Amino acid sequence: MLDLLSGFVVELRNAGLPVSLTENLDAMEAVQHIPIEDREAFKYALGATLVKNNSHWRAFETVFEVYFSLRGPEYKLVEGDGDIDEMWREMQEQMRQGDGKATQGGSMDSLTPEEIAQMLMQALMNGDQAMMRALARQAVQRFAGMEPGRPVGGTYYLYRTLRNLDLDGMLDKLMEASKQQAGGELTELEERLEQDEYADRIDQFKKEIEAEIRRRLVADRGAEAMAKTLRKPLPEDVEFMHASREEMQNLKKALQPLTRKLAARLARKRRHGRKGPLDFRNTVRHSLSYGGVPAEPKFKYPRPAKPELMVVADISGSVAAFARFTLMLVYALQGSFSKVRSFVFIDGIDEVTDFFKGEEDIANAIHRVNTEADVVWVDGHSDYGHAFEVFWERYGKDVGPKTTVLLLGDARNNYHASQAWVVKEIRHKARHVYWLNPEPKSYWNTGDSIVGDYGTHTDGVYECRNLRQLEGFVEKLA
Amino acid sequence: MVGHMAHRFESVQQVREGLKDVNYLADEGIAGVAFLADRLGKPVLVEGPAGTGKTQLAKSIADMTGARLIRLQCYEGLDESKALYEWNYKKQLLRIQADKNSDSWSEVHDDIFSDEFLLTRPLLEAISADDPVVLLIDEVDRVEVETEALLLEILSEYQVSIPELGTITAKQIPLVFLTSNNTRELSEALKRRCLYLHVDYPQMDREKEIVLTKVPGVSENLADQIARIVRSIRQLDLKKAPSVSETIDWARTLVLLGIEHIDAQQAKETLHILLKYQTDIAKAAKELSVDK
Repeated sequence: MLDLLSGFVVELRNAGLPVSLTENLDAMEAVQHIPIEDREAFKYALGATLVKNNSHWRAFETVFEVYFSLRGPEYKLVEGDGDIDEMWREMQEQMRQGDGKATQGGSMDSLTPEEIAQMLMQALMNGDQAMMRALARQAVQRFAGMEPGRPVGGTYYLYRTLRNLDLDGMLDKLMEASKQQAGGELTELEERLEQDEYADRIDQFKKEIEAEIRRRLVADRGAEAMAKTLRKPLPEDVEFMHASREEMQNLKKALQPLTRKLAARLARKRRHGRKGPLDFRNTVRHSLSYGGVPAEPKFKYPRPAKPELMVVADISGSVAAFARFTLMLVYALQGSFSKVRSFVFIDGIDEVTDFFKGEEDIANAIHRVNTEADVVWVDGHSDYGHAFEVFWERYGKDVGPKTTVLLLGDARNNYHASQAWVVKEIRHKARHVYWLNPEPKSYWNTGDSIVGDYGTHTDGVYECRNLRQLEGFVEKLA
Repeated sequence: MVGHMAHRFESVQQVREGLKDVNYLADEGIAGVAFLADRLGKPVLVEGPAGTGKTQLAKSIADMTGARLIRLQCYEGLDESKALYEWNYKKQLLRIQADKNSDSWSEVHDDIFSDEFLLTRPLLEAISADDPVVLLIDEVDRVEVETEALLLEILSEYQVSIPELGTITAKQIPLVFLTSNNTRELSEALKRRCLYLHVDYPQMDREKEIVLTKVPGVSENLADQIARIVRSIRQLDLKKAPSVSETIDWARTLVLLGIEHIDAQQAKETLHILLKYQTDIAKAAKELSVDK
């Protein structure tokens, strides 16, 4: 047991969770107070002592699943075990009584795919957890086509299983059935609620399937090897350029608390600035109440001016997500800047400041940026040179000594002219010019990337591959 | 540290049932961590969105164990003299003036730094209490990072050091709950000393149970509907998702209005109780397709 736990902790550390020695000891002590057969309690005991940040909980859960998934009593891997067959027989009994659709008795293995689909629908309809779990197991066994020792990731099996089940179609069917059950039309509100309910259950079912696949893989390959393949970056370490759709959503969720924290920190920084030099006038004025003795020295508190910000972002294909996140972050922190203007380009450039004005919902504004901004000039391939030229022509006069200009993009210019002189000119007029590049540093200046050409004229080029780096930069900025 | 003492709770199940008796519906995780806090003698750091019953948890635990609740509300600028202890300067001054001539200096000096002149603040009070207490340190994320250090000694050793008096050690280990709305990252040192509990919005079934226990006169059917609608609303991308307390408020309103079955129109008219931003209300109304 001790070995297993320490292996578990090592894996957590590998996954990026900061687990200290005392926390490790706490966990060891905590599990002694918990009945070992209670899997849930065991999990919470470990969670409460080892995971001190909610965004790390998912990573913890994955590792936990891998390490302890084979140890719960309800997770026996025996094929076609007793209770499922029993459940199945009961189910058949019901079906026979219900609509007289008699099916062949026997174990689940002899079912046709149609029957499985039918049963799944029933289970989802009634929210029958045990049945759903049994079906997930059956579906994996049947459709995933797992072979021991095959070096294929879990997602491949998941894809194969889900393709055979057609869960999207299932939702429509379920809605149809529930309409019939209600005897006629549902009001729109009811319909919406039913739909959410079923979507939730289908989600649950998907998770069951994932868990089942994972269990089988662990049984095949062993926990350590499995944990390694499953290791996923924490939300703040996910790269913008390669985030999957699910990771994107997690990122979005992580962004909101982050901006709140950042805003609080920036405001504090402003308020708790160091004491400045002696304020002579103020001191003399206050000395009057002490009969002319300057008993209470007064100091000038520095009030750092809020910077004016101009964001110029490439929103073509690969870097679009990065631009979106930066814009969201910057606008969420509007209060920390005296003025924010934003421009987006691909090969043409357009100002989008107005989209954010009077729009409380930043996500909405971003959507408008993506759909309405006029950013294509010739062919819709990034042309930094032309975009910068037009920027200078149209908005160059607005760049002043208080302005900080942020240029966002990977500087992959498709071998067009760089027009780096524009950046040089901007730097002459502006307070600061920074370039944020979402690509890893090792890719810079390879292929058609010319970030070096521009970089020499800026105050710094920063690698911003993930939320952590972006956060660090914005804090420095304001 | 104090010697071995009897545990407050027998099992996780007992915690859960005990909390239920005082109208707090805990899930497996909440009860489990509370149980461990007692067994390990460690403070619990409770994090989560606003209005999910973090503070209520501490209150309910106090209620359930029959302990006195001592609460320290944190705010920016909180310092030692408000959190730990302070010398009663006025009284000390009076003492010195009262018998100027009779005592020698050393006598007075020893005398004015004694218990009599000490004003206990919540933390010291919790440590020095004879009766069972639950200490609640509310919204600990509001104090500055430097002030956090004040808490460290008390959280790990259950003692307070006063330079003039020496160290005061707890007679019994109190249950300690710290809550945080996560407006900033707490220091590693603080987190390391605590058990961590994240309280999220409850699952639909639990929310329904909560509505049923907290709102008198609500029917099973209505509670079910309420929980469903709230769940759907929480799935939307909102500025501020409805909290549990807002769900309860909404349920109370519906009961007061004598509504048994929520239809689209009624839902729309009462949405402002659940949601506090105009954009959120508009969005929810549109999404639930009641904005016709």
